Amino acid sequence: MEITDAQIEFKDFNFYYGKFHALKNINFKMARHKCTAFIGPSGCGKSTLLRTINRMYDLYPEQRADGQLLFDGRNLLGSEIDVSVLRARIGMVFQKPTPFPMSIYDNIAFGVKLHEKLSNSEMDNRVEWALRKAALWDEVKDKLKQSGMSLSGGQQQRLCIARGIAVKPEVILLDEPTSALDPISTARIEELIDELKEEFTIVIVTHNMQQAARISDYTAYMYLGEMVEFGVTDELFVKPKKKETEDYITGRFG
Amino acid sequence: MNLLARRKLTNQVALTLSLSAMAFGLFWLAWILWTVLELGISGLSLTLFTEMTPPPGADVGGLANAIAGSLIMVVLATLLGTPIGILAGVYLAEYGRNHWLGSTTRFINDLLLSAPSIVIGLFVYAVVVAQTGKFSAWSGVLALALIVLPVVVRTTENMLQLIPNTLREAAFALGAPKSVVISKVTLRAARAGVLTGVLLAVARIAGETAPLLFTALSNQFWSLNLNEPMANLPVTIFKFAMSPFTNWQELAWAGVFLITMGVLVLNIIARVFLRAEKVN
Repeated sequence: MEITDAQIEFKDFNFYYGKFHALKNINFKMARHKCTAFIGPSGCGKSTLLRTINRMYDLYPEQRADGQLLFDGRNLLGSEIDVSVLRARIGMVFQKPTPFPMSIYDNIAFGVKLHEKLSNSEMDNRVEWALRKAALWDEVKDKLKQSGMSLSGGQQQRLCIARGIAVKPEVILLDEPTSALDPISTARIEELIDELKEEFTIVIVTHNMQQAARISDYTAYMYLGEMVEFGVTDELFVKPKKKETEDYITGRFG
Repeated sequence: MNLLARRKLTNQVALTLSLSAMAFGLFWLAWILWTVLELGISGLSLTLFTEMTPPPGADVGGLANAIAGSLIMVVLATLLGTPIGILAGVYLAEYGRNHWLGSTTRFINDLLLSAPSIVIGLFVYAVVVAQTGKFSAWSGVLALALIVLPVVVRTTENMLQLIPNTLREAAFALGAPKSVVISKVTLRAARAGVLTGVLLAVARIAGETAPLLFTALSNQFWSLNLNEPMANLPVTIFKFAMSPFTNWQELAWAGVFLITMGVLVLNIIARVFLRAEKVN
């Protein structure tokens, strides 16, 4: 398998929580405008790997990375990288919905205001555009002034996706985005991810193997901080190359 | 006796004990409120708010100068102590969590929080009143602000710590700098709690006597000059209640009633704020 149009590439990448070596020698590429899923048992490092892509670990002084993490060919690990600009290009959605304590409208406008100066009407358009992309517009168009906290869990999660999209990133990182949601909300988010792939590169961490199989183009199986197997999703789930991967996806382990 | 019956009995005993503890506390509170109401309400009249504190034995008189003085000093002390307290609380919760300066500040703040108010009063007496050579409303404001400060620091820090870290990360993930994350997201999420802390601090200083006794002293007359001694409710109550004159004693009870009601209203407002925030 060869990924020709790689947007993100890990080369000899290592990650540490203090003395703990959490990610060991990671090497792989992620294709542009495709969905890549990270699977593996709890504590295997898949969320850690995801959180390196937008340098979330910068918030915690005891965490550090070495090796190379290339984004369109440029190493993201250097100190010269402006993380604020980087995070505008690489959005993130978390496991639990995290609406800010402000109106639905302001939730979306918050991120946009950080990076662009828009007129009121431009901002209105941007908010509508983002909410439509996140398939939430029809449900909230009459209550944009209401608090974002007043929405249901599934709606809150779509609000968070809309908030990320509004900044117009190139990549969207999803950290178990449906694990706190009911099956119907989950199905809606999965449909949404499928649509978003056309414009954004999607990286998703999930505990749910069926979900990975349903929505991703590529899957990485991780265990104890190592990337055991990486490949095209259909091949990895049908004919895994490694015994450990097979054991995990058939449920004999994990 | 089998296990289930024993559990039930333990439950009953625990419930009875906690109910009686509650009744014990409530009994004194109700008694205090009743006494204040009974003795204070008779002194309530319009002249209470329009007339100055009278000489002993006079027929007329009110607490106008003391009420005004208390309001002025409490408001100024709150305006002085709150911003500093919120900023220090933000430092402790958002910047200095694992820093030695943070833990030192937290320790000193806790000391200040539990310091008897008379110590604060004597401190301001020593550094301000003794130096300037006179009692003044400003020194009273300073003493009250020193009582407001640690309360606001503590509540701000605690309320910010209750905000889940994922909310901060979500704001950082959009590329927000730390200052924006704090001012627009975490402080905003914690605002009801912080405001409650401020209101409780106000309620606390509204009745403080000792710090004012050594600083603002009191004043028989109407004075809004912050460089002069200023009348205030707690010291007036202290002076009047201890006096042998009936008209003074009546006014003291009326003053006690006013403070109690003021504190009660502030506490109710604080609760309403917290509840309104929870509904959102």
